[in-house]
Amino acid sequence: MSDPAYSASEMMIAVAARMLTGARTVFVGVGLPNIACNLARVTVAPDMELIYESGVYGARPERLPLSIGDPTLVSGAVSVVSMADLFGLYLQRGLVEIALLGGAQIDKHGNLNSTVIGDYARPKTRLPGSGGACEIATNAQRTFMIMRLKRRAFVEKLDFVTSPGHLTGGDSRSRLGLAGGGPEIVITDMAILNFDNAEREMQLNALYPGITEKNVQEEVGWPLGLAAKIEEVSAPSLEELRLIREDLDPSGMYR
Amino acid sequence: MQKAIATHVADDCSIAIEGFTGFICFAAGHEIIRQRRRKLTLIRMTPDLIYDQMIAAGAAKKLIFSYMGNPGVGSLYCIRRAVEKSVPLPLELEEYSHYGLVGRYAAGAARMPFFALRSYVGSDMLTANPLIKLIDDPYGTGKIAVVPPLNPDVAILHAQRADRQGNTQLWGLLGMQKEVAFASKRVIVVVEELVDESVIRADPNRTLIPGLIVDAVVHEPYGAHPSYVQGYYDRDNESYLAWDKLSQDHAAVVAWLDEWVYGLENFGAYVGKIGQAHFDKLKPEPYPAPSVDYGRYR
Repeated sequence: MSDPAYSASEMMIAVAARMLTGARTVFVGVGLPNIACNLARVTVAPDMELIYESGVYGARPERLPLSIGDPTLVSGAVSVVSMADLFGLYLQRGLVEIALLGGAQIDKHGNLNSTVIGDYARPKTRLPGSGGACEIATNAQRTFMIMRLKRRAFVEKLDFVTSPGHLTGGDSRSRLGLAGGGPEIVITDMAILNFDNAEREMQLNALYPGITEKNVQEEVGWPLGLAAKIEEVSAPSLEELRLIREDLDPSGMYR
Repeated sequence: MQKAIATHVADDCSIAIEGFTGFICFAAGHEIIRQRRRKLTLIRMTPDLIYDQMIAAGAAKKLIFSYMGNPGVGSLYCIRRAVEKSVPLPLELEEYSHYGLVGRYAAGAARMPFFALRSYVGSDMLTANPLIKLIDDPYGTGKIAVVPPLNPDVAILHAQRADRQGNTQLWGLLGMQKEVAFASKRVIVVVEELVDESVIRADPNRTLIPGLIVDAVVHEPYGAHPSYVQGYYDRDNESYLAWDKLSQDHAAVVAWLDEWVYGLENFGAYVGKIGQAHFDKLKPEPYPAPSVDYGRYR
């Protein structure tokens, strides 16, 4: 049973939460990923501990955090450490099972740009930059991307590689000695994409209700490959929607 | 504050007003604007509104940072105007990832020649910033990224409390404050409460910065507004949202600086202008930690 009147954001949140089934440690960003993780914690991943780059391990936020440095993440957490310890002892040590990342641009190997649009020295648009993304993409055991499908975001060539994905594809990542496994899936507002092939190239894996392969291809800047079997993803359940709307994002900030 | 800035912050020097999302000493930033310091190198992992304001005021020539956003809100328009259009002045950027800049502070703090980290391999940040280098691990595990030490001329750090010697206790997000304090040539601490030395000595695990490396202690309640101080006041998110709108227009920013910085004698006047009733609304419910027993050994 599902409510037909759900938004694309709610679908992304529900899908991301389901993908976190059974996860123990997740490195969280603000916004959609944050709601998705908190939804997962009360549905499919009861043992999940949330890790924030601000230095928080095991957060239990009592309100929707306004940023990754919100004081609600501190009160009631398992541990609050310096950022040197968070990046060194938790992330680089390999304790982050899944990291959720996004960016302004992504290429077919899951490399991300969050630095500039245009030339670095003379940017058309100056974006925030890496933050912790570069080392998170390097060291997390698994990386899930969350991004809306847009032709200007899913590009053939990035203007700037901020965070390494599968680099030039194949085994290029492990050849360079990057510790983490790299991008596994891209959760979008229309479909789930993955990298389950020898080239480590993004391919269509599952479609959301009412979306076609053509709809997805139109928003991707290169010929998108297809997984052997294209699955269909179910709409958010009434319970998922209730939790998102009543508990996790009551003000509807991310609706 | 006036005296601390006049004594320790000169034109052309490098300063780090740090604190991740909270503990950001706007009181010091405003005083630096008021004293019309110029050609500063501003260092902060997340420049936040404070550097947006200082850069709009023409105080800076260079920014060293690792994430340039209005946290949880959007862009920093004044910095973008400086970078994209040289308004009011051009701004040189030196850019790292978070761990890279934390590493620079850590190397600076321990007076080491570099900090090694697993990052940057495969990233264009290596070409954007030639100070980030890949070297061969002398023990044979392959390439490893290194960043050089960073020793700011002055660190300005906000915390809950300190004694008159500058022994400073902070709880909440510890961020990079300890590393910045030890890395910097001079340290100004700004606190919500000035306490007796016995308060500090009763809970030594909570002392983040020893007075040994502190040059000035400033008592400035609400000095981190509109950011927050854990347990004392929440972030004033309305101010962050308002800045997002206002800062899109340089003339509006100039008018804001006139009203809220140049037009006021000090930060106390800023707090007075906002009004105690507003700060009362930002106060969180109490949620105290039970105290621990260190034991007495004699």
